[in-house]
Amino acid sequence: MNSLTRWQRPELSGWTDLGRLSTLRDEIDRLFEAPLAALTAPSQLLSGWAPALDVFENKDNLVVKAELPGMKKEDIEVSFQDGALTISGERKGQDKYEDAEVYRSERFVGRFQRTVSLPAPVNGDQVKAQYTDGVLTITLPKTEEAKPKQININIS
Amino acid sequence: MRTTTAQPEKPVQNNNLRRQPEPREFIPPQVNIFETADGYSLEAEMPGVSKNGLEISLEGNELTIVGRRNQETVEGQALFCERQHLDYRRVFELDPAIDTAKITAKMDQGILTLTLPKSEKVKPRKIAVE
Repeated sequence: MNSLTRWQRPELSGWTDLGRLSTLRDEIDRLFEAPLAALTAPSQLLSGWAPALDVFENKDNLVVKAELPGMKKEDIEVSFQDGALTISGERKGQDKYEDAEVYRSERFVGRFQRTVSLPAPVNGDQVKAQYTDGVLTITLPKTEEAKPKQININIS
Repeated sequence: MRTTTAQPEKPVQNNNLRRQPEPREFIPPQVNIFETADGYSLEAEMPGVSKNGLEISLEGNELTIVGRRNQETVEGQALFCERQHLDYRRVFELDPAIDTAKITAKMDQGILTLTLPKSEKVKPRKIAVE
């Protein structure tokens, strides 16, 4: 004999629990206050263009990788202040194409700047940066206090 | 007593709804294309690709550029991931005036620069009147 399954109206079971509405709002608020709060997605209106970033953390370092193709090392500025890392510079156009007819111009040209608020304190004077194949890799060593430590607690 | 049983619904075989989008393997690189009297110049942005990762091929008058990213291993946890870790691919249909045997390519800091010269006979030239 097939068992009868009780059919519940889905709306009733969901909406009577109004508490869930407020957590939904909290979640949306949290989306806008990402943990790395100063990270704003590159907005076409305000800044025009900013490099795409990846941020990694391991026990010794924070690593930031930015995509910045077609630049010279001298044209990229990386600075660190008060726990925020700023990558800025200017992407120059090619002068030799001045009298050429342009079919497509998708690449961005001009000044850019992006600031990242770092989630852990780092030693500012030991920051290293490397630029290969259009990817800027910045390694920021964490301060001793920020590294995870094993604390053994004796239970008496 | 009659009992009605609710039968479990069969999933509807509607192929339009069930078709999955093709897995994205590639993203198109941003390009700048310029034309001068001598030829075309194409710059493609492919950060994270080195010379070894490039595959440029020509079939008829169709030019395909594929850039495979370098393997990147970073220890640790990704806190924020904006870069798309996909390889690059873009196909171009070439102007028949291009001399395909003379196409040259250069790769520097993630920018591929292709120089595509036009054939000599297509270039504008003056004809002298005797």
